[in-house]
Amino acid sequence: MSNTVAKKRPEYRNIHVTQILSYRLPLAGKLSILHRVSGAALFLALPIILLPLFDKSLTSELSFEEMKAWVANPLFKVILLGLIWSYMHHFCAGIRYLVLDLHVGTDKYAAAKSAASVFAASLTLTAIFGLKLFGVF
Amino acid sequence: MTKNVGSKRLVVGAHYGLKEWVAQRITAVIMAFYTLGLFLAIVFTPDLDYAKWVGFFNFTVLSFPLGKILALLALLSLFYHAYIGIRDIWMDYIKPTGIRLTLQVFTALWLLGCAGYAADILWRV
Repeated sequence: MSNTVAKKRPEYRNIHVTQILSYRLPLAGKLSILHRVSGAALFLALPIILLPLFDKSLTSELSFEEMKAWVANPLFKVILLGLIWSYMHHFCAGIRYLVLDLHVGTDKYAAAKSAASVFAASLTLTAIFGLKLFGVF
Repeated sequence: MTKNVGSKRLVVGAHYGLKEWVAQRITAVIMAFYTLGLFLAIVFTPDLDYAKWVGFFNFTVLSFPLGKILALLALLSLFYHAYIGIRDIWMDYIKPTGIRLTLQVFTALWLLGCAGYAADILWRV
């Protein structure tokens, strides 16, 4: 009991919003937070963009043409590209989570590798659908 | 007699929320299959026009509106899936109970509104 001067114990606090950028997340962590962001974006877009677009596309031949006119607008194309990325990322990352839930690929290296594969797949798919959207092919 | 009543009632445990956890995954699988099916239908339909597009949603089998029902089931899966996901976001980031409850109620109303809108769209075609 000679050592009475206790060493100062480290204090752990939650990350404050202003510190988010100075913390380096692993790739799987970035994938995870983007899964959340993309899901929230799709949720918000649902009644203001996605369902109205679905409505226009189905109601009549005339509204189908109106839907095409909406999609032809460059600003709308940019918004749609964002939603396409959201969908692709959410879809691919979601499949990764379903596989992880089956206890497949849960070790550190496999998880990092599958996270990289998800980014590769979702960005490639976004590029393909984006090029189609902007009429490249 | 169950041992989980009255003063013996289990009030803590990681399994609370398991139902939602499972539901979120099942709805995800339903949506994935529906979207892939729809995507393949689009890709393998030459000269896609309005009539063919509508046909994906209002086709019937023995006068049963299968196209509408499949789309509705996929969309209801979407709304339930989104409800759980958005609820999780509020539970993680919003600590004051009153604000959290308000946001959860708005989320539910937002998605129920979407479900009504989606059903209306489908049954108009």
